Amino acid sequence: MSQSHAPPPLYRYVLRLGDLALVLGQRLSEWVGHAPALEEDLGLANTALDLVGQARLLLAYAGEIEGGGRSEDEIAFLREQGQYLNPTLAEQPNGDFGETIVRQVLLDAFQLALYERLTSSRDDRLAAIAEKAVKETRYHLRYSAGWLVRLGDGTEESHARAQRALERLWPYTVELFEADALDRQMAEQGIAPSLEEVRSAWDRHIDEVLAEATLGRPQDRPFTWFGKRGEHSEHLGYLLAEMQYLQRAYPGARW
Amino acid sequence: MSAAAARPVIDAEDEARVRAALKALAAVPDPELPALTLADLGIVRFVSVREDGTLEVGLSPTYTGCPATDHIAELARRALEGAGVGAFSVRPVLAPAWSSDWITVEGRRKLEEYGIVPPSPAAASARTWRAAAVGLIVACPRCRSARTESISEFGSTPCKALHRCLDCLEPFERFKCI
Repeated sequence: MSQSHAPPPLYRYVLRLGDLALVLGQRLSEWVGHAPALEEDLGLANTALDLVGQARLLLAYAGEIEGGGRSEDEIAFLREQGQYLNPTLAEQPNGDFGETIVRQVLLDAFQLALYERLTSSRDDRLAAIAEKAVKETRYHLRYSAGWLVRLGDGTEESHARAQRALERLWPYTVELFEADALDRQMAEQGIAPSLEEVRSAWDRHIDEVLAEATLGRPQDRPFTWFGKRGEHSEHLGYLLAEMQYLQRAYPGARW
Repeated sequence: MSAAAARPVIDAEDEARVRAALKALAAVPDPELPALTLADLGIVRFVSVREDGTLEVGLSPTYTGCPATDHIAELARRALEGAGVGAFSVRPVLAPAWSSDWITVEGRRKLEEYGIVPPSPAAASARTWRAAAVGLIVACPRCRSARTESISEFGSTPCKALHRCLDCLEPFERFKCI
């Protein structure tokens, strides 16, 4: 697949947003049929459904920007691991219910802070998608934060597990706010908000939730991953192997 | 994303086509809540006439991942074909985003009759992560008791949440306020 023109930076930026929604949606959907209670099965599955819906809108837009005629499905199912631009946190395994909830709170709050600001993006299409997605995301955070409060401020066991999950996943949050050349370029063009701005909104949400959940905010460490540049943890490959299986085994198969 | 291609309705024939299209769309039942029509749900955004005479129909999706969205567009297309309104195109309109506030009074009445509690004003759901509208009473659609509790923020379809009545003990669904 040779390309005479490299796709514009906006393509990669939209992929970052779309892949975050797609990979997180795929992870959450692994809970279907396995959640601790029917209501939570519904909650996680519905959140996954919204995320995959957001991914469809974003990846379809990415395909249009790329201009090569690729559909949202081709982009979702037929790329290699290094071409996925989601932050590394999204691909981390589900762990127990508490760990899934911690990951969800961290990313719901990130998406909320980001989408809220993207509604005033200079890119009309992105602004429209964000306006739709922000309402769903607010709803997701209400669910995940509600659970984190119950787990953190619950039994000794649930508190300890939630805190452990928080310590494990926290280092991956550095990447979310580590602006690289693409992030800065998008911010300069008025397409994306600055990540410092996103960070302060995220901090407010997270500090509030953690306080109510009686959980301690872990120390920041300087090391970071760069899934958003395609440099992933070992976990993404397994996720993609499962997600892409059908299209790889039966190319072009349709529902 | 531009409405620039729209032109004002200039002749009686155009006007009749727009009216016929709106009427046809208004009668399309929602595939998951057949008691309600697309008009009741408030998802028919506009019908306009383009320069070349094509009718342009804008539909607001309720949830980005709602499996019924594609189905609704298909049902709308069939209804428009059946109404013989001539050339048309149906497109999704993301902004302004659909809100459960757009469900009509008639739609709310039908929801209630169907046994689903209609949504409260979405503005009442706070703009934070904290549980919305503390103290807001969700009455049981069967026995009207005000003693009910939330079981889950999510339900059997993307648009509903689960509640339970503490008097008649029946579980029931409520339209999500979004």
